Amino acid sequence: MGGYGDIQLLNEDGSRLDGRAIDEMREVEVEAGVLPAADGSAWVKHGLNVAVCAVYGPMEAHPRKIQRQDRAVIDVRYNMAPFSTSDRIRPGFNRRSREISKVTAEALESVVLVERYPRSKIRVEIEILAAEAGTRCVGITAAAVALADAGIPMRDLIVGVASGKVEDTVVLDLDKAEDNYGQADLPMGILPTTGEIAFLQMDGDLSVEEFNTCLEYNMKAAKEIHVLMVDALKRRYDEKNGGEA
Amino acid sequence: MGWRVGRTGDKRMSGAETGAELRLVTPGEAIGASTGVRAGTGTLSQGDNIIATRVGWVKELNGTVSVDPINAAYMPRSGDLVIGVVESVRNNLWFADVNGPFNGLLPMSLAPWKVEFGAARIHMDVGDVMLARVQEVDEAHNVVLTMKGVGLRRLKEGMMSEISMNHISRLRGDGDSTLRALKEASDCRIIVAENGRVWVDGDAAGVSFMRQVLDLVRSGGHRATFDASLEAIMNDAPGGVA
Repeated sequence: MGGYGDIQLLNEDGSRLDGRAIDEMREVEVEAGVLPAADGSAWVKHGLNVAVCAVYGPMEAHPRKIQRQDRAVIDVRYNMAPFSTSDRIRPGFNRRSREISKVTAEALESVVLVERYPRSKIRVEIEILAAEAGTRCVGITAAAVALADAGIPMRDLIVGVASGKVEDTVVLDLDKAEDNYGQADLPMGILPTTGEIAFLQMDGDLSVEEFNTCLEYNMKAAKEIHVLMVDALKRRYDEKNGGEA
Repeated sequence: MGWRVGRTGDKRMSGAETGAELRLVTPGEAIGASTGVRAGTGTLSQGDNIIATRVGWVKELNGTVSVDPINAAYMPRSGDLVIGVVESVRNNLWFADVNGPFNGLLPMSLAPWKVEFGAARIHMDVGDVMLARVQEVDEAHNVVLTMKGVGLRRLKEGMMSEISMNHISRLRGDGDSTLRALKEASDCRIIVAENGRVWVDGDAAGVSFMRQVLDLVRSGGHRATFDASLEAIMNDAPGGVA
């Protein structure tokens, strides 16, 4: 058994502390178009995580030094609200939020057709209102829905999912305890239609077999979340689905 | 249904195929096989499939599959009639916000007045509204505007409002029929520019009626029931039913 001393993360019957099976995701809800002032927006609840994302643009990129003559730049600002965790987070950018903003922007750049908007900037604001574990994945999912809602052309939606290892067992979608006291964490940004991976980070050690199991779990979860994302976008506009449209 | 037409300037040829039922797609969704059809706007050819790149309605016209986006930013095209708001003034040119990613540039030589170098501000200052045409857009998205042309002028009175780019065709109607009816019903002068800005000038009752119409366009311009809702509002118009 790995991890932290006596902390038990799996029940004796193999289920997890919150009762989920090892390949079971937390409950996910997605809404599109929640902010009237933004060009596109989304709200995603993933377990106890809540993220709101607003997209503005494309607009002229300022300052000029960030402009790219052949494509748009995606300016992501990931931020956790001070009240999002039990310990108050000091407002403003920190090293972690800078890193997540950067990797999220790079993941989104691989799906957005940035070459359509030279010299422009697409501003993506991700605000984490409540954090449990896996907020970067929730942020990516919210950003994808908000970008689609803003009418930004994209090759595919991108879904953020994570799996990891606790007590030498590979589990899908880590909760807070599993994230804090588990052995490994593997968040991914997956293009659900093609199965391509646009973003991957790994914290901890995984064997090749464990990695493949994580990949399999993540792919399965990405497809499930993708259905909810598509549904949220269609619900916003399609009368036949009983949405507001 | 024939109500969802393409952007102004799209050719609508006779014998064109129109889908029996509207289909809403999201980015990455496969629309169909790419054999025998061309990938139009809002789509991408990926392998054997044509995929959507935007949330919108699938449209097939003359062998080209495209997606009519529900929400999209205005991208200026040469020849577009636009309503711009002056953002800054230099000695010999104006920069105008045309509701797109980049400001339009109106040089002194394309203004309708004889402007002395350094006196541009006398004719139009920051915040003034102009009716202009897009003269040129280069590959780096530099937009040059012109005010030389019939009807192009500084808009000194009336009200300006914004609607989504994709609702312009709904407000205009087939062959501008809806717009004509609205002009008659409201007894107002109305300009619907290609950049999603609408200018209305008339008496208070007419302008108030048009505000109602524009609110309806903003909230329900994408609905199939839009025409019926508009007709209901038009019954209460100051000028009666058009």
